[in-house]
Amino acid sequence: MAMLETRSTHAQSSCPGRKQPSMGTVMENTQILVQTFTAAAEKVSAAVSRVSTMAQAYDYAVELCERKEACQLLIAGCQESLSAPADTLCRHKQKKVIAAPLLASNDAAQMKALCQARGIVFIRSGVRDHLAGVDIGFTVAEYGIAETGTLVLDASSEELRLATMVSEVHVAVLPINRLRATSLHLEAELAQIMSAAPNYCAFITGASRTADIERVLALGVHGPLELHILLMET
Amino acid sequence: MQTARNLKTYRKEVAKALSNDFQRQAMDKFAVAYRNSRDNAFADLDSEALVAEIARIKDHALERLDDLFARFKENAEKIGVQVHLARTAEEANALVASIAEENQVQRIVKSKSMTAEETLLNHYLEARGLEVTETDLGEWIIQLRGEGPSHMVMPAIHLSRFQVADLFSDVTGKAQDAEIERLVKVARRELRRKYVEADMGISGANFALAETGTIGLTTNEGNARLVTTLPRVHVALVGIDKLLPGLGDALRINKVLPRNATGQAITSYVTWITGANACGPAPGGKKIMHIVFLDNGRSRMAGDPDFAQVLRCVRCGACANVCPVYRMVGGHQYGHIYIGAIGLILTYFLHGRDKARNLVQNCINCGACKEICAAGIDLPRLIKAVHARVQDEEGHPLQSLLLGKLLKNRKLFHSLLQTARTAQKPLTGGTPYLRHLPMIVSGEHNFRRLPAIAPRAFRDLWPGLRSRVKNPVLRVGLFSGCVQDFVYPEQLVAGVDVLAKHKVAVEFPMQQSCCGLPVEMMGEVDAARHVAAQNVLAMSKGEFDYIITLCASCASHLIHAYPRLLVDDPALEKKAKTMAAKVVPFSVLMNDVLTVGQTASNGPRTATTYHAPCHLCRGLHVKKAPRELIRKVGLDFRPADEEQTCCGFGGTYSSKFPKISAQILEKKLEDAAATGARQLVTECPGCILQLRGGVQQRGMDLRVMHIAEMIWNCERHA
Repeated sequence: MAMLETRSTHAQSSCPGRKQPSMGTVMENTQILVQTFTAAAEKVSAAVSRVSTMAQAYDYAVELCERKEACQLLIAGCQESLSAPADTLCRHKQKKVIAAPLLASNDAAQMKALCQARGIVFIRSGVRDHLAGVDIGFTVAEYGIAETGTLVLDASSEELRLATMVSEVHVAVLPINRLRATSLHLEAELAQIMSAAPNYCAFITGASRTADIERVLALGVHGPLELHILLMET
Repeated sequence: MQTARNLKTYRKEVAKALSNDFQRQAMDKFAVAYRNSRDNAFADLDSEALVAEIARIKDHALERLDDLFARFKENAEKIGVQVHLARTAEEANALVASIAEENQVQRIVKSKSMTAEETLLNHYLEARGLEVTETDLGEWIIQLRGEGPSHMVMPAIHLSRFQVADLFSDVTGKAQDAEIERLVKVARRELRRKYVEADMGISGANFALAETGTIGLTTNEGNARLVTTLPRVHVALVGIDKLLPGLGDALRINKVLPRNATGQAITSYVTWITGANACGPAPGGKKIMHIVFLDNGRSRMAGDPDFAQVLRCVRCGACANVCPVYRMVGGHQYGHIYIGAIGLILTYFLHGRDKARNLVQNCINCGACKEICAAGIDLPRLIKAVHARVQDEEGHPLQSLLLGKLLKNRKLFHSLLQTARTAQKPLTGGTPYLRHLPMIVSGEHNFRRLPAIAPRAFRDLWPGLRSRVKNPVLRVGLFSGCVQDFVYPEQLVAGVDVLAKHKVAVEFPMQQSCCGLPVEMMGEVDAARHVAAQNVLAMSKGEFDYIITLCASCASHLIHAYPRLLVDDPALEKKAKTMAAKVVPFSVLMNDVLTVGQTASNGPRTATTYHAPCHLCRGLHVKKAPRELIRKVGLDFRPADEEQTCCGFGGTYSSKFPKISAQILEKKLEDAAATGARQLVTECPGCILQLRGGVQQRGMDLRVMHIAEMIWNCERHA
């Protein structure tokens, strides 16, 4: 901390009158935020990785999808002994699916090509036709809260919202410059998001979890069984 | 759901719960695990400051509920939400049913809502032919079993994996293994279908933000997101006490809520819904959204100066998590619908005296709930206040009336004790007992040996003990309390002797009487006020630097209750405050005022553990002084895991609910024994009565003593 203060003073003396922190301070602060965020997210069993470009994020998601077996590896429940109606819903799901609703068309084209090469269905809409579950929901988060390892998503788009709910794995990209220390540091930004009503804003921290049976932790009770966060350099 | 008609039936149901081994073990594990995870969650935070901030935020909101509601309604209706206000539970249920009807709803999915539990909404809707499915795993389980929740956050905590497996076998028509991970997945698939088929989703809300017309929901499972997204209609049922001005208030509360509830920094999902959002199957692609605010007695409470703070509650459930009684009997015996300390109070206001009458007597007054409360609610005091109200409304039982009358007359009270002593047995004949006195020895009360009344009371010994300390460093007045005066005078004798050695001059004002806590515990406020006045006058006569007590319960009562009890008489109230400011427990006087040093003791370094009396560690926040003294006198200190857990005495509580008291004591003694100590030190004669009685009954090799006796013993070897 002492070193950080020295640099900051130095920077201020070379840029008189400027209130903005120096690049050095920003970088160190960012590093602290990234460390805090990563530790908090991993504590709630999120997988945190670094990517430099969106292209790398697409590769990550598609490779993850390829490695995972639909409805099997993650035991989403389809192999369990279910009642007839629940079992029927499971059978709706045949192919692997990646849903990435709000992706810009250029990006979507890139990701779609990657999916097609591996026989994965890529969708940007119509998630309601896949309520039995999609393999991966792919999103870009608005903000991250370091203290709790939380993603903030404007989920007002129903397609996007559903993609983060019915996917077995949620892969979210978080641009590093969107990290804030605590939820209170985001008050103004959140107010901005919510002022564009109607709005559905989601804080997501780790995978869906329950401890309702004997207080034993189990992941993936209703929402994603896994959350992967890709911190993107900016 | 507790519904017993009278105390006798309630005791029977409690006894049954006590013999539920699975629940008992689950609760024990939970009590210990919760404490650790909560400590971790607050490790880097100033929890007291956060709690104070929540209290401030909620108080501010509760003072302007009408205004907040009006603003919420205006703002939410601008963005497509219909906002309703239901005055009663019945009205709320009827509103929800009519919304279902006008939208041709047949199937409903619900996310967890205590408010809907409060109005018994499911029953109401089901009676009208609607299919309602709870989607929170725990809620679904208890719904399938036809039960109410046994905890506000973990509704099925009373059930084992085997019971759930049997239940799910019935539901699916296929045999299910009792493997938790798989059972959770079965629920995932079974419930997914229910979401897909539902026409309407019902949720509660943790926050309702007036500035933006937003509702906030915290969940771990993510079921609330599906409930509020998939069906074409969404109805949120929200208590008006959830109204806040804006997001900042909610974010601050949400810093504490999950940490206090489950030791999580935040729940997996926090969802903020502002207005009617996009919804594919709804007409025009827009969700049909209604918010029903429920009053059901809340605005009346908000206007009650004493009870308004109850509405600060954020429903974290922590008051149950730390309650020693809840731990023994479980949620179905510790609340009607709302569980835990807050439940005992809310039951009276929301569900009526009939449901609250028995429950409200089942508080041991250990203060653990008050210490943990996310909103700083004075729960134990308010439970007592509800009890007093119930008695005022229904008439006081003869026993507590008699005790109240007896205590008002100090001479009669003391001469009765003398008579009892002459008879060489504790008071008999159906009279109730004081916090500090032996109970009727019957089957249920026989879980510990009870002391006889001492041959000579301390007040009779005093003239011979009184010593003149030359050039005293301090002059103190001794408030004895009745247990030490009449049952354990030797503790006071040891204390006075130790003080004389440390050059403290002690006076014992003879006009003092019982502190009055026992009668307040029994709902006899008038008698409590009477003895408070008497003691304030008695203790105000001398010029004392401090007033000391060797009884933590007396100390806590003198400090916290006297100024409140005497508030109607300004002169007495002033005296009470002056007196309260001088009261210190014995260990604090020794350790913090006299700052005694290490004793050069040549005595044995006996392995010694410590029991922190509730009214010392929580009532007065004295945690360090007794521990430091144990080390200073040269003993081998062996801290117990559950040092601060109640011993189960609770004064009159242990005669009212002897079976619960016995079980709490059992756990306490196990915990002490696990330290390998040969001595158990504490600083309250009530705790000593309970602990020593239990040790003797079990024939344990453990010497129970007051900290004054411990110091006296060790200094003897110096």
